[in-house]
Amino acid sequence: MDLHEFQAKELLERFGIDIPGGRVVESSADALRAAEGLGGRRFVVKAQIRAGDRARHGGVRFADSPRTAAVEAGGLLGRRIVTPQTPEGGALVKWVYVEEAVEAIQQLYAAVVLDRGSGRPLALASAHGGDDIEDRAERDPAIVQSIPLTVRDNAADGDFAGLAGRIGLSGAALASAAQLLRQLAQAFIALDASLIEVNPLALTASGRLIALDAKLSIDDNALFRHADLRALRDYMERDESDPVELEAQHHQINYIRMTGDIGVLVNGAGLALATLDMVCDAGGRPANFMDIRTTATSLDIARGFRLILDNPAVRSILVNVHGGGMQPCDTIAEGIGIAMRRGYLRTPARDVPIIISMAGNHAEFARTVLANTGVPHIACSTPWEAVQKAVTCARAESSSWLSSLVAKRA
Amino acid sequence: MAILVGRETRVICQGMTGRAATFHVRRMLNYGTRIVGGVTPGKGGRRHLDLPVFDTVAEAVAATGANASLVFVPPDRAAAAMIEAIRAGIALVVCVTERVPLIDMVRVRQALDGSRTRLVGPNSQGVLAPGVAQLGVMATTSARKGGIGIASRSASLTSEIVAQITRAGLGQSATVGVGGDPVHGLTLAQCVELFDADNETEGMVLIGEIGGSDEEQAAEAITRLRPRKPIVALVAGRHAPRLRRMGHAGAFTSERAGSAHSKIEVLLAAGVLIAPNAHNVGELMREALRSARNSAAHPI
Repeated sequence: MDLHEFQAKELLERFGIDIPGGRVVESSADALRAAEGLGGRRFVVKAQIRAGDRARHGGVRFADSPRTAAVEAGGLLGRRIVTPQTPEGGALVKWVYVEEAVEAIQQLYAAVVLDRGSGRPLALASAHGGDDIEDRAERDPAIVQSIPLTVRDNAADGDFAGLAGRIGLSGAALASAAQLLRQLAQAFIALDASLIEVNPLALTASGRLIALDAKLSIDDNALFRHADLRALRDYMERDESDPVELEAQHHQINYIRMTGDIGVLVNGAGLALATLDMVCDAGGRPANFMDIRTTATSLDIARGFRLILDNPAVRSILVNVHGGGMQPCDTIAEGIGIAMRRGYLRTPARDVPIIISMAGNHAEFARTVLANTGVPHIACSTPWEAVQKAVTCARAESSSWLSSLVAKRA
Repeated sequence: MAILVGRETRVICQGMTGRAATFHVRRMLNYGTRIVGGVTPGKGGRRHLDLPVFDTVAEAVAATGANASLVFVPPDRAAAAMIEAIRAGIALVVCVTERVPLIDMVRVRQALDGSRTRLVGPNSQGVLAPGVAQLGVMATTSARKGGIGIASRSASLTSEIVAQITRAGLGQSATVGVGGDPVHGLTLAQCVELFDADNETEGMVLIGEIGGSDEEQAAEAITRLRPRKPIVALVAGRHAPRLRRMGHAGAFTSERAGSAHSKIEVLLAAGVLIAPNAHNVGELMREALRSARNSAAHPI
């Protein structure tokens, strides 16, 4: 679960990390009141999107009065911000964060992240913070230093002072950076985070370290022991997730919307990725990524199949299933049968060709289930054959759709 | 013999009395796996599936001489179960549990350091040595005893590749699912080392996907070991949808880019044959073996 900046800051503040005063608002009128309430002379107005590189792509504005802050907020709310870190369509701004501006004499960078390769958390630091840190680190990798952390009881230990020294800090700044890194590491364990990133981290003239921006990702698998964060997720999901992706999640299905016309249903993430590759290599364009988890029941699968059918862009549906020990093919066949039986194919126009390849556990039985439930489909003996068929059908479908449109105009 | 398991492997199942575990332990017994007992805290002294149940792994090891454990414990207790097995000196631990918290896996990895345990998983379909033993939840219908070692990050894709290898008339020495989680035990690189040293394995298939650094580490191991056995790799996710990224820290870890293309490049550079697509792994392996045999028969 990725959190918004304002949520991340609220959580990090509980671990002793200094943050600027700020309020989250949903309208420019509220932005005006928020800025007036904060006092001070300069404000930062920040689009709340859960992706990085926001400042360089118009998501952060400065204002020198509450009135300008309100105008800037109005300009951000309802806009889509596209950065290299957002999905293709960008991210919609529903909230802006109005903050007092902080004068920094230096912008640092601090993070704790899980390093998959070593299986340990790493603390990262740099004396050169800012949105373009990745580009600068590419030219000079030494500007970002890291230390491995060891997890003990409820803390993560490491040589934080050594890390602060390696980025060139000394004296009081070194001591406060070491303390901040320790606090981040503690928050990392306590919150079951997979990433905490403070960038930039302002060093002020008075020697204070203030987190100007914060990114926090929580491990979804650990939410069972964080009732408060779970509630936050439910709230955020309702408010801003793609409703189709969300419904799929609730039915043990990973679904990601794509822009093509071939609906794809696969069990398992690896096979699903490989299937998308096959579809693209065969000249087709997938309409979605779908991975049916092993925990999905036939009713869940029926809902998933319906999500594909309900996508008006879909011109053929490819089912590629390899039954394993946890989820035999017949469970999936039954799910498709239920979806069809309930009349989810509502109009003749949605008579989409369904191409099915099933192999592995209970594949034979699954074919019987499909026959018994009367699901009209094209059965293929290998995934590649099915992929090619699905691509051909999608092309044929779109040309007949086009010709009927042309006929109507004429 | 295969890798990781053999006829001498004596298996206990942690969490055996659960519903799913009962189902799968029965399948494994039918396959001929030597399962010698189970562990469920609080149920010690009972019998289940005609096998003894113990309260702790240490008791089970003392009573049965078990040297392998299949962990079938819910995610909130899976890490504790793995650590218990590691501390009891179990040589092979296979964890099939999905959704184990990341920090818990960090603790498990720390417990593994300096231990004599090899951990497979979590979120793994397990290890299958066709005709010898099944330690996991995979389908076994299309697996045949043979000379191809398969190491994979994805369960369902493995089933598909196993079927292709069998259709190509080759069969498998062993299939290993290293698991789909970011932090896991055995790596693809370690599988390469094991298959390279195994005299029953004639060729290897590595099944990777986007994210993580398993494929890069495997490429390093291959460059170092220079196995004389042909290796075919498939990296899934060349056309995966673009996802949201949070900040820059990921770019500063060992993971770096981790795109399908960068993985394919390093594997190619290590001399691995890249399967252009999931459907031609079997043929490619058959061709590679044929030319390897020819060049062995007719040295230049």
